[in-house]
Amino acid sequence: MAFNYDEYLRTDKMPTLWCWGCGDGVILKSIIRAIEKTGWSMDDVCVVSGIGCSGRTSSYINCNTVHTTHGRTLAFATGIKLANPEKKVIVVGGDGDGLAIGGNHTIHASRRNIDLNYIIINNFIYGLTNSQTSPTTPQGMWTVTMSKGNIDPTFDACKLVEAAGASFVARETMLDPKKLERILVKGFQHVGFSFIEVFSNCHVNLGRKNKMATAMANLDWIKSISVGKAKFEKLEPEEQVGKFPLGILKHDEDAQEYCLSYEKVKEANKTNTMVQF
Amino acid sequence: MARELISTGNELAAKAALDSDVQFFAGYPITPSSEVMHILSTALPARGDACIQMEDEISGIAAALGAAMSGKRALTATSGPGISLKAENLGVGYISELPLVVINVMRGGPSTGLPTRVAQGDLLQAKNPTHGDVKSITLVPGNLSECYTEVARAFNLADRFMQPVFVLLDETIGHMSGKASIPNLEEVQANKISRKKFEGDPKDYKPYGVGADEAAVLNPMFEGYRYHFTGLHHGPTGHPTEDAEICDALMKRLFNKVDAHTDELESNEEYMLDDADIMIIAYGSVSLGVTEAINRLRAEGIKVGMFRPKTIWPSPEKRIKELCDKFDKVLVTELNMGQFADEVQRASGRSDFDTLFKVNGRPLSPLEIIAKVKEM
Repeated sequence: MAFNYDEYLRTDKMPTLWCWGCGDGVILKSIIRAIEKTGWSMDDVCVVSGIGCSGRTSSYINCNTVHTTHGRTLAFATGIKLANPEKKVIVVGGDGDGLAIGGNHTIHASRRNIDLNYIIINNFIYGLTNSQTSPTTPQGMWTVTMSKGNIDPTFDACKLVEAAGASFVARETMLDPKKLERILVKGFQHVGFSFIEVFSNCHVNLGRKNKMATAMANLDWIKSISVGKAKFEKLEPEEQVGKFPLGILKHDEDAQEYCLSYEKVKEANKTNTMVQF
Repeated sequence: MARELISTGNELAAKAALDSDVQFFAGYPITPSSEVMHILSTALPARGDACIQMEDEISGIAAALGAAMSGKRALTATSGPGISLKAENLGVGYISELPLVVINVMRGGPSTGLPTRVAQGDLLQAKNPTHGDVKSITLVPGNLSECYTEVARAFNLADRFMQPVFVLLDETIGHMSGKASIPNLEEVQANKISRKKFEGDPKDYKPYGVGADEAAVLNPMFEGYRYHFTGLHHGPTGHPTEDAEICDALMKRLFNKVDAHTDELESNEEYMLDDADIMIIAYGSVSLGVTEAINRLRAEGIKVGMFRPKTIWPSPEKRIKELCDKFDKVLVTELNMGQFADEVQRASGRSDFDTLFKVNGRPLSPLEIIAKVKEM
């Protein structure tokens, strides 16, 4: 039987404002299927999103939803989660939202290892506002603010959050929604900060001037830079340049989760003792 | 019934928050407000609630707003530089109608300014703390006891009007230690106003679909009433819209919900004004020096009184006008370059009053005020 998305969507808000062929819809549906697979009640779920095309994700999902200011998703989500530690919080934002203006919160939410599920939809560009350079725009590509080619070194968000302390780190593309769904389920089930980067297309505002003006051409390029983790690790260092490993890159189930640690703070303050680690 | 204790303004503010059932604090350390967070960092977890030191001022207010969205009574405390950084997210508080108490213990500005010294330079910042049009509710305690009572009042006003409410302390009143007389816990609890809740069928729930002078009715998250928060202009269910009529009605309602109910907000002290020849207008810690100056001047036979707003925004403009019509000699004194003097001028239509401003980080002494009055 076909999956009934209508139960999980605010169907009166359709169609979405996303462009024809955008990957955001595929990712939205993967998130919904993963929530269903995880078995969460939609009344217990809060979806928090940022500013940008992906920021509209929250408004389409029929649960408790929050559309925040640019880059501040994780900070709002931290308040929601710490005040309601038994509830489930999913955070969705773009590469500019989470790695440029909101980069500080990405580091510190990772460091705390708070039980948030953070999905960065990385389309390598500021799509909503017409093609400005993002922290993940590959070196050499045209952007409207670097029209002779972007000079910024290529950036790896998964390495950042892994180093900062996130206990679940994964990368997938929207090209394989079933695999993405499985990774999302694992991330949702993981107790700790789950970071899932999803490569997606923006053929309209990235592809247009970079010789990939159709969704398929943009996705072919994403395919060309994405390599499964096992295969990636076998590549020579020079072959790894410009390529990104896919799959679960880190899964540490023993790392201390912030809200659980905070329960110890409550206990310690009730009994006037030091926190026991 | 009242309680008496020896305490500081910052400690009394934290105590009031606890007695008002605050459930969540998020913030970032900043002088001269940090003691509020110090106290709550142990007191809140001890009773099963949460206090978190965030990575910066921006995330401090964002986390507090997140908790407020989920239905908790929330607080953040900072000083002027922190409000500058919190500016954008304060806008979320106003447009999404989130009850949040924001304590600003004022220090010398602009910029890093005079971090450990007193000022009242954030009055206009509290009036318009973010881009766009907002209707500020701002309270200014004038003595130690009011550091408690005004913070307790701020929590009730935040839940009643569903928006951020500022409490402006300053370095002097925040750090001074002395005897305070505060209401008993039972009285604070009896006067508690909690936010309204919709009890009907979730299908009929329209959190922002309220009357033209009413505040949004925001149910707690995770109780089956699903809706949307956004910083965009929005319609009755909270979903974004650019419909001209809805946007117009939203903005007007955000103003009307305050403007139509100023009787619930206005709070002033009139000290020895009845038989006075000279009126001093002051607020916050400055009013302590003014009170002492008035007592000493009266001992010399000079009849002086004081008008002191406790709710400074919306300003008590009608009462200011009435009093300025009555008194020939008016002195406005404050620790800035005339931020409230401009408001007195606007409200009264007069510009011939005397002023005494001080901006070097030092409090105004009664002697300075006495000398100024004798010149008038």
